[in-house]
Amino acid sequence: MDLIASHISHCFGDLAVLDDVSFTVGAGEVVAVVGPSGCGKSTLLSILGGLLQPTSGAPELRGSPPADSLNPLTFVFQDFALLPWATVEENVEFALLHAQLSAAQRRALVDDALRRTGLTDFRRTYPKQLSGGMRQRVGISRALAVRPAILLMDEPLSALDSQTRELLMEDFVRLLADGGMGAVYVTHNLEEAARLADRIVVLSRRPGRIREVVTVPMTRAARGEAEAREKLLALQNQIWSLIRNEAIDAEREVQHA
Amino acid sequence: MLDRAAAEATAKTEASRPVRFRGAGFVPASSRFGGWIALVLVIAIWQAAGSAGLVNALFLPTPFAIGRAIYQLAISGALWQHLSASLLRIGVGWLLGTAAGIAVGFAIGLSRLARSVGITFISALFPIPKIALLPLLILWLGIGEEPKIATIALGVFFSTAISVYSGVDAVPRNLIRMAQSFNVPFATIVRKVIWPGALPAILAGFRITASVALLLVVSAEMIGAQYGIGAFVLQAGNLMQTDQLLAGVVILSVFGLAVGKVIGWLETRLLHWR
Repeated sequence: MDLIASHISHCFGDLAVLDDVSFTVGAGEVVAVVGPSGCGKSTLLSILGGLLQPTSGAPELRGSPPADSLNPLTFVFQDFALLPWATVEENVEFALLHAQLSAAQRRALVDDALRRTGLTDFRRTYPKQLSGGMRQRVGISRALAVRPAILLMDEPLSALDSQTRELLMEDFVRLLADGGMGAVYVTHNLEEAARLADRIVVLSRRPGRIREVVTVPMTRAARGEAEAREKLLALQNQIWSLIRNEAIDAEREVQHA
Repeated sequence: MLDRAAAEATAKTEASRPVRFRGAGFVPASSRFGGWIALVLVIAIWQAAGSAGLVNALFLPTPFAIGRAIYQLAISGALWQHLSASLLRIGVGWLLGTAAGIAVGFAIGLSRLARSVGITFISALFPIPKIALLPLLILWLGIGEEPKIATIALGVFFSTAISVYSGVDAVPRNLIRMAQSFNVPFATIVRKVIWPGALPAILAGFRITASVALLLVVSAEMIGAQYGIGAFVLQAGNLMQTDQLLAGVVILSVFGLAVGKVIGWLETRLLHWR
């Protein structure tokens, strides 16, 4: 199943946020979206996931999702969005409430998702008892439980410390490798984009337009190797040179607002 | 730089001293028995002042006299007669007001139409002292229990509706969007996200409405009732029976405390995740 951003533009009142953004996320492909602060990255993700109506243009799907997919487009949120009154397993099970499943089927999906994210021993724990990294694992577990075709990840690591971020990034690499899922990965962190994405969509400052689409010239598996580091760093520098001046302008705009 | 280097060299020859602790205070923690000890102390001083004749018993009877008055009320059966009448009015009035308040509060919190209409009416009617409506309610509903119960229900309704829709508004929007992103149906979002998310505000509202109900039942009983704690307090005041009057006040206080305990217990049970 492909996800297509088709000429998407969006305004909040008089404020134009996105301007004619078009790209396609192929089956199993990971596309990162980067750009200066306020360029509409998260807005674009909300539109792609059907949580926000664009002013013009539309998100579209082409092809069928995998037969076992219960929610083809599934979000992983920056702030985890966990129900604080529900345990880890209840949070994961929440995503399955709408599905026509027997209790045993639901239990099997929850168990599998918890196992894949290493949360089996924490299933009866409440979110407040978990660290930030563990909470995001719950968010990922909940997303995996519905067998998504495409994950929509909105800066999923930005609220975490650098060590946890590194560990979760490794988890993402593993999950994306064995899950056959595609993803749209919104981030301001160029290292994350270079490590995880097949292609990187670089947006201009507000209103966000596509400045360039950069293809990462190696497989995800190869990016963990030592000799890949220099290439990835060069790629990050290339993207940074594209957005640096606009990022500075965007920052000044925020300061003067 | 040189000054600093010289100072460091001098410091190395001096004896060390501990860093003064500056982080004390601003962490008020109540001790477990402090409140009870203070209460017992005040009662003891009050009793001693009364027994020593320092206070006129007509104006302020001793705690012992008040306790004796409560005991006599209990063994005569009058206590139960008055208390049951008040409890019935409070119970029915509070339940009706709460049920209506929750329904309207949720409607205002979830529906644009209900919000625009409901908030206007609530803003206009909430500030009216509900006891001022009692004569009108007597005219409409007769002189029985109904107008008193309706007065309490009205008082409880407005506070409940406000606390419920405020609670619904305070539910983090990201949780609702998360639920929508998983295609969770509207009714399930209300039941599994909005209701538990609004519950802290709803229970906080219960504390307020319990006090409102107590206030209104006493006021309503003072205006037109034969039985009830409010009527009893008024009769005792008219007859200058201050020990009886204060016995009624103590019973009201104990009732208020008991309701507070019940709500505290509910909060512990239902909001354990906080």
